[in-house]
Amino acid sequence: MIKATNLTKKFGDFLAVDDVSFQVKNGEIFAFLGPNGAGKSTTIKMLTTLLNPTSGTVALNGHDPVNHPDETRRSFGIVFQDPSLDDDLTAWENMEIHGILYDVPNGLRKRRSEELLKFVELWDRKDSLVKEFSGGMKRRLEIARGLLHHPKIIFLDEPTIGLDPQTRNHLWAYLRELNKNEGTTIFFTTHYMEEADRIAQRIAIIDHGKIIAVGTSEELRKQTDTSSLEDAFLALTGKVIRDEEANATDRLRTMRRAWKK
Amino acid sequence: MKKIYILWLRQIKKYLRSKSRMIGSLAQPLLFLLALGYGLGSVFQQAGQGNYLNFLSPGIIGMSILFTAIFSGIELIWDRQFGFLKETLVSPMSRFNIMIGRTLGGATVATAQGVVVMLIALIFGFHPANWLMVIPAVGIMFLMALLFTSLGTMIASLLDDMQGFQLIMNFLIMPLFFLSGALFPLQGLPKALAIIARIDPLSYGIDALRALLLNAGHYGLGMDIFILSSVTLIFLWLGSYFFKKIQV
Repeated sequence: MIKATNLTKKFGDFLAVDDVSFQVKNGEIFAFLGPNGAGKSTTIKMLTTLLNPTSGTVALNGHDPVNHPDETRRSFGIVFQDPSLDDDLTAWENMEIHGILYDVPNGLRKRRSEELLKFVELWDRKDSLVKEFSGGMKRRLEIARGLLHHPKIIFLDEPTIGLDPQTRNHLWAYLRELNKNEGTTIFFTTHYMEEADRIAQRIAIIDHGKIIAVGTSEELRKQTDTSSLEDAFLALTGKVIRDEEANATDRLRTMRRAWKK
Repeated sequence: MKKIYILWLRQIKKYLRSKSRMIGSLAQPLLFLLALGYGLGSVFQQAGQGNYLNFLSPGIIGMSILFTAIFSGIELIWDRQFGFLKETLVSPMSRFNIMIGRTLGGATVATAQGVVVMLIALIFGFHPANWLMVIPAVGIMFLMALLFTSLGTMIASLLDDMQGFQLIMNFLIMPLFFLSGALFPLQGLPKALAIIARIDPLSYGIDALRALLLNAGHYGLGMDIFILSSVTLIFLWLGSYFFKKIQV
C-alpha cells in the first residue's frame, strides 16, 4: 500500500531523511517511531505530497506523489501534528469544507459528519467557533475531520498528543474498527510506546534520518534482548535527549530564507 | 466548481465575522474623506478644478480596494503559519483551483469594501454624474480587487512569515496608492510623476471609476479596461505559478 524506496531529503547540508526504504502492506497498522527530529514528519510530508524528495521514490496506493499528486491525495487522509483547522469557522463548517474538498456526496457527508462529531463528543458544540475550543477539543475535531472521507490510508502524526486516556482509547477503538471493516491502512507516529505496542502490527524505528529497525514489537524486543518496547526503543536509539527538532526546523528556515533571497 | 465555491464562501464568512477588521478598514477611508475632502476642498475649487470631494471619492474607493485586496492575498501567510493551508494542499483539488477560490473570495470581500466606502462617500456629499453608471463601476471595482488580490497571493507565496510585511507596506502598497492619482489630477503632472502614475495599475482603476462616475477620465475608459484586464491576467498567472511552488 505504501512503498518508499531510497527516500532522501536534504535541506541544504542537512540530511533530514537518509536513504529510507520500507513497505506497508494493505490493511496494516504501522507505527513509525523515533526521537524528536529523527525525520518522521519529513518522511510523512514526502509521502503525502507536501514535500518533494531530493531523491528516491514513493508509491502510495500505486500512485507517485511527485508526478500524480491528485490521484495520490485521493487515497489518503491525514491528521497533522500541528493544527490545520480554520479557527474562524465552526466545527461543522470545518467538516463541511473537508467533505466537499474530498468529493463526499451531500447526504453521506452530513450523516458521517454527525456520526463522527458525536463520536468525538463535539456534536453539541458543532456550531461553536473552533477558536473557542480547548486544545484537546481541537485535536478531536481534527481527527474526526481526517476520517470523514474514509480514505484507503490514514496518516496520523502524533494523533493522541494532549488527549486523556479515555479519548485515546476511544479513538484507537474507532480506528481499529475502521481498519477491520474497511481494510483501512493506518500509518501513525507516537511517543507513547505502549500505544505502539498495543496497536501496531509492525513498527519501524527511525533515527538520524535512517531506519534502524523494522518488525513486530516482539521481534524488536528479541533483537535488542529487552522486555518492553520502550526498552527496545531506548536500546536502539540511545538515552541522549535530543534537541534536534528545533535545530532541524531552524536549519530549514535558514535554508528557505537563503533560497528565497 | 463546488470546491471553488466553498473556499470562496469560507473567505466571505471569515470577513463577515471579523467585525473589528471591517470597522478598522473603514476608519482610514473615512479619515481621508473628512480631512482631505473637506480640508482641501476650497483650495481645489479656487484652482478651478471643481468639487474636490467628488474628485477624491473614486480615489478613496480605489484605496480601500487596494488595501483590502492585497491583505486578503497576504492572508495566505497566516493560513500557512496556522495550518489551514495544509488542509487544502493535501486535498484532491488542484493548486490552480485553490488559488482561484481564494482569490475570488478575497476579491469579493475587497469589492464589498469598495461599495461600502462608496456609500459612505455618498453620505459625505459625493455626487455621481450618472447614477446608472454605478453598476459598471462596481464591475471595475471587482476587476481592481482581482488584480490586487492576485498580487497579494503572489507576494505571500514568496514570503515565509510576516516579517517582510513592513517592507511590503512601505515599498509597495503605499507607493501604489500615493502615486496613483487617487489624490491629485493626472493632468499637468511633472514628467517623472506622470510616468510613474502610468506604470501604477491602480491609476487605471481609479481613472476608470472617474470616467464612469464623473465623466472625467484621463486615459480613456477603453484604455483603462484594457490595461486592468491585461495586468489582472498576468498577476493571476504569476500568482498561480508561485502558489504551485509552495512547499509546506
